Amino acid sequence: MFGYIIRRGLYGFPILLGVNLLLFLLFFYVNTPDDMAETFLGEKHITQEQIDNWKQEHGYALPRFINTAESFPGMITQTIFWQKSMSLFAFRFGKSDQDNSDIGTEVLRRMPYSLCITVPVFILSLMLNLFVAMIVAFYRATYIDTWVLVLCVIMMSISALFYIIYGQMVFAILLKLVPVSGFDSKAPYFFKFLMLPILMGVISSFGGGVRYYRTIFLEEINKDYIRTARAKGLGEGLVLFKHALKNAMLPILTNVVVMIPFLIMGGLLTENFFGIPGLGSYMIEAISRQDFAVLRSMVFLGAFLYVISLILVDISYTMVDPRIRLG
Amino acid sequence: MNIFLKSWYVQDILVAVLVLLIALIVLVMHKREYWCAAFRRVFKRKLAQISFGILCIYCLIALFDSVGFNQPLRDQQGNVQFNDTGKIMRDEIGMSLLDYVLTPLRESKEKTYSAPFATHQFTKETIMDADGNSYRDYPALKYPRRHLFGTDKVGNDIMYVAVKGIRTGMIIGGVTTLLVVPFAILFGVVGGYFGGWLDDIIQYIYTVLSSIPSVLLIVAFMIVFEPGLTQLCIIMGITSWTGLCRVLRGETMKLREMEYIQACEAMGISKSRIMFSHITPNLMHIVLITAVLGFSGRVLSEAVLSYIGIGVGADTISWGSMINDARMEMARNPVVWWKLFAAFVFMLGLVLPANLFGDALRDALDPRLRTE
Repeated sequence: MFGYIIRRGLYGFPILLGVNLLLFLLFFYVNTPDDMAETFLGEKHITQEQIDNWKQEHGYALPRFINTAESFPGMITQTIFWQKSMSLFAFRFGKSDQDNSDIGTEVLRRMPYSLCITVPVFILSLMLNLFVAMIVAFYRATYIDTWVLVLCVIMMSISALFYIIYGQMVFAILLKLVPVSGFDSKAPYFFKFLMLPILMGVISSFGGGVRYYRTIFLEEINKDYIRTARAKGLGEGLVLFKHALKNAMLPILTNVVVMIPFLIMGGLLTENFFGIPGLGSYMIEAISRQDFAVLRSMVFLGAFLYVISLILVDISYTMVDPRIRLG
Repeated sequence: MNIFLKSWYVQDILVAVLVLLIALIVLVMHKREYWCAAFRRVFKRKLAQISFGILCIYCLIALFDSVGFNQPLRDQQGNVQFNDTGKIMRDEIGMSLLDYVLTPLRESKEKTYSAPFATHQFTKETIMDADGNSYRDYPALKYPRRHLFGTDKVGNDIMYVAVKGIRTGMIIGGVTTLLVVPFAILFGVVGGYFGGWLDDIIQYIYTVLSSIPSVLLIVAFMIVFEPGLTQLCIIMGITSWTGLCRVLRGETMKLREMEYIQACEAMGISKSRIMFSHITPNLMHIVLITAVLGFSGRVLSEAVLSYIGIGVGADTISWGSMINDARMEMARNPVVWWKLFAAFVFMLGLVLPANLFGDALRDALDPRLRTE
């Protein structure tokens, strides 16, 4: 098991290296450090000297891949690629291009805010979607099934933007049940701010989720062991909620664990609309301020979490299915 | 690079290629009994018929909006003006066929906001009556009861703006698919058929691309290449070919082991011929289903990306930028809701039929994925 995890971790390395190279190409070749300096200095008549100064300050005044001026270790380490790109592997994200704040501490500071929204949304919508999907599978090929599916397709066809905007209008502006946006970390007020974003998150994932899980359940329902269970005389409810659910865990888990990066990265839209200072709004701020260092770090972090979650998928398989052993 | 991407002709060439390709595909499918039977199954459903009809209307509008010309300049009497050499003088700003058809809508401009079907303006103004007394009231509109979706801040008819957004939405959905499908087929089939190191490289490329959450990758690309319609299509293509490629690779590996392919090999048919005229046609149903279902997803993402400010850019009319404008209007009291509502109606009108039609296609073409 541990051998397997280590091996999978090592497989992840070349993938992250690829991500790193792609980012490097994008942020240092397509958009050169000189371009970056010009964007930040922002004036029309900037001298080469100013650009060089800016690059010096932010550590971009080095050769890209190989520093011919240095001898062996420095030849590789005294380069942009090593200092800006490879350092991501050690989680040294460096400083923001815009205000020199440390990206690593900022990410850690903001992560709990994102988790406050995404974790409840994730758990609630998973439970709700699974439950509704099972009910629909129970009443398959009846009117309930048809109408819930129609509802799901309609809900899937509406952009999350509309859920958030209309939700804010109805619950916060018209009914005044909850504040429009903002965040308060004191305990009782806390929920007031979280309720609406969580509700909107659950609603916007409803359509797709129910349809997906319904397909999984219907696949299970046509298998032999279900027929056996029915032949034994078990009720349809027991068959569905006990036997089918247990066996459907494998495809459900695949879908669920891959969501982990999105949990931590937060929702760009939700956080922006509701003024929650999490990682999602960090991204939005970085976009509007053209903060390339932050963007680079966030993309790498996203890919890293994805690779980790793939390993978690495999491990979780062994937990729900005793037939699977990781060797 | 950016100048090249921003130029109008790149877009127009892509649209033209897309239209030609769709025509070609329809022509080829029309001759094959298998596809005819499949489509008869699709069109047995009333919902699929209606969806297809709506999609066709959207396509037509988008096409009308893609064909442009420069109108001749006219003097006050409406006579066409000629220059010194005897040629007709033309307007510098181009105009699409759709603009021409919608001229009454386009030219019925008000001063500022007005609600749908209103007779009076939304905001009060100081008005002078005949006796020279001034008072504050809602002035009457120039074109009362003409604006189905009201007018926006500068008085443009919102119906017109929303209809103009159709082309952007269709291009995002269609051109991206055009860019995705060839790559996915090429890499998927080649990787699946040959296996070995070639497969390893292809697998590596798509694992790297798909390991980055797609929103983040799109953000990173768009921030470097700057917002714009063509860029957005290319970038969404880069992030979305991986899923289709993975599926096609898997299917190819299955088909490779089947008897008819072994027979082909035994007869000495060249490898490229096997791949592209014996394997690929048997994958086309997957491609078609993915293309139609992916289409709606792209229209939805465009709205989100334009909202964040990394979408099609400020100079292109799109539903995303309409939503972006509408956000400020929603904070007004009383609320100016109609711009958002128009974007909502037009988007739902495209995405819902696309989803329904995609589902019908999937049920008819792929028995394994059938939901019933």
